Amino acid sequence: MMRGAILALLALLLAPVLPGPAQAQGSGSTMPADPEAGLLPQVEERPAWLLFPDPGQSRGPAPEAREGPAEQVVAGLSNSSVAITTSFDGSDILIYGAIKRQTPIPETPLDVIVTIEAPSQPLTIWQKQRRAGIWINTDRVEVGAAPSFYAVATTRPLDDILAPDWDNRYRISLPLVLRAFAGAPEVEDTLPYTEALIRLREQNGHYRLEENAVTLVEDTLFRTDIRLPANLIEGDYRARIFLLRGGEVIDAYGAAIEVRKVGLERWLYRLAFDQPLLYGLMSLAVAVIAGWGASAAFRKLRRA
Amino acid sequence: MQIYLPIAEVSVNALVLMGLGGLVGVMSGLFGVGGGFLITPLLFFIGIPPAIAVATGANQVVASSVSGVLAHMKRKTVDFRMGGVLLAGGLVGSALGVLVFNILQRVGQVELVVQLCYVVFLGLIGAMMLQESLRALLRARHPTGRRRLHQHMWVHRWPLKVKFRASGLYISVIPPLLIGVAVGVLAAIMGVGGGFIMVPAMIYLLGMPTKVVVGTSLFQITFVTAFTTLMHAVSYNTVDVMLAVLLIVGGVVGAQIGTTLGARLRAEQLRILLALLVLAVCGKLALDLFLRPDDLFSITTRGQ
Repeated sequence: MMRGAILALLALLLAPVLPGPAQAQGSGSTMPADPEAGLLPQVEERPAWLLFPDPGQSRGPAPEAREGPAEQVVAGLSNSSVAITTSFDGSDILIYGAIKRQTPIPETPLDVIVTIEAPSQPLTIWQKQRRAGIWINTDRVEVGAAPSFYAVATTRPLDDILAPDWDNRYRISLPLVLRAFAGAPEVEDTLPYTEALIRLREQNGHYRLEENAVTLVEDTLFRTDIRLPANLIEGDYRARIFLLRGGEVIDAYGAAIEVRKVGLERWLYRLAFDQPLLYGLMSLAVAVIAGWGASAAFRKLRRA
Repeated sequence: MQIYLPIAEVSVNALVLMGLGGLVGVMSGLFGVGGGFLITPLLFFIGIPPAIAVATGANQVVASSVSGVLAHMKRKTVDFRMGGVLLAGGLVGSALGVLVFNILQRVGQVELVVQLCYVVFLGLIGAMMLQESLRALLRARHPTGRRRLHQHMWVHRWPLKVKFRASGLYISVIPPLLIGVAVGVLAAIMGVGGGFIMVPAMIYLLGMPTKVVVGTSLFQITFVTAFTTLMHAVSYNTVDVMLAVLLIVGGVVGAQIGTTLGARLRAEQLRILLALLVLAVCGKLALDLFLRPDDLFSITTRGQ
């Protein structure tokens, strides 16, 4: 309690005030103010429908890297693997670390961004319309790859600390994490669909932007807790830590978190997909035995 | 007590699931229905992906109908020959239904079609049952002579006549086959046993005596839902055995309570209650179709 208060005070004291001119134009927000602008900064040669660039494609001119990082992230995770057991109810991941430097602390404020990303899956976004009095799915947009979970934690508001071109390079903000559409979409304006995807997933806690959730002490030590939800899929999750100054990423660090079903969960899941017939027969056996047991118990009860 | 469902990949409260199973168990104990028509929509409401709710619902119905049919076999109130004919139709229908379900899933209209099926069938059956049971209640108060034993209807002129001894019928096999197919399709699409459709069809269309109707219907339901469960498990890996077990455990206990309660109520009153329940579920689903949804957009991924 006390320590938290001190950390918060420290963070407040250290909180820088002046955003540089580079950030003032910032459109790295999760939602652009101007809908015409799209979710991405415009790049001429990109087809209009390609709102989410393919990871394989060039991302336009990359910002120039500095000559060797003067400051480096040294970080750790509380757990490098998450086991999904029968009673799995989500998991907290503590991400902590320090900044290693040989030179004195520069004048411009330091910021830290931490992201955790689940493996991507293809998905479809549907829009309902009223047809003959009832609401039915009419239009759709298919997204080739979108993470089933994505959390961003920052020391300060994301717009203030991350310049758009650096966001574009590292794909930090949510709209940039969503990848290519699967084929050309059937609708003219895809923006409402991607906005809806982010909105719906933010509502159920699968997409999260937690500004000011990273505590930074004396420009050297940082920590944040990110809660993984209960409805997790299996796979290799990716944690990234970015060190920023003046809107630019000066160092990045990546780590993997392995999320696996274990024990009974794993056994059932594998059986269902590797031996579906056996699994189906087992499900039936369970039902038949339960039903037969119930009727036998009934008879016993009635006789008694 | 949260529990992680390995196939549905969601974490849900085990007590809520057992409660749902129990509630449906009470209904089936009271009214002699499998309860699939209640369990599937209830699973939708608590956030189980529709495909998994349907497949697992079918598995749960296997348990409750096995329990019921064993009791009826003891009392010799199962017409095995009629059950066999209905079953033959049911298996064809179920295979067709799984196919249709898959096509609907691909075009994203599963939810709509399942909802429409529920609204139409629950509405029709509920209204018919209410009207019939109200009339029976009035008839019980003002007795007016006996009804005719045999009514010669259109089904009696069709070819391929077969003797159904236990039912005391000599009719064509085509109508029961067709009824079997229709119920099989609905069972696969709606995740129900079809008892609430088949029982009235057997009484009003085939003219079967009431005493063998429930047992014969349960006999057919057991095999059709078992087949449906297997088809879903093998083709789409959508049966969640953990979910099924929780529902079955609740259902077994609920059925006991339901049977005890049922012994204290009169048959006509029970049928009015069932009719009202069916109409209430229908009304709720109809409202969802006709009222503007909170969010016009929705997301689907694999298995949903």
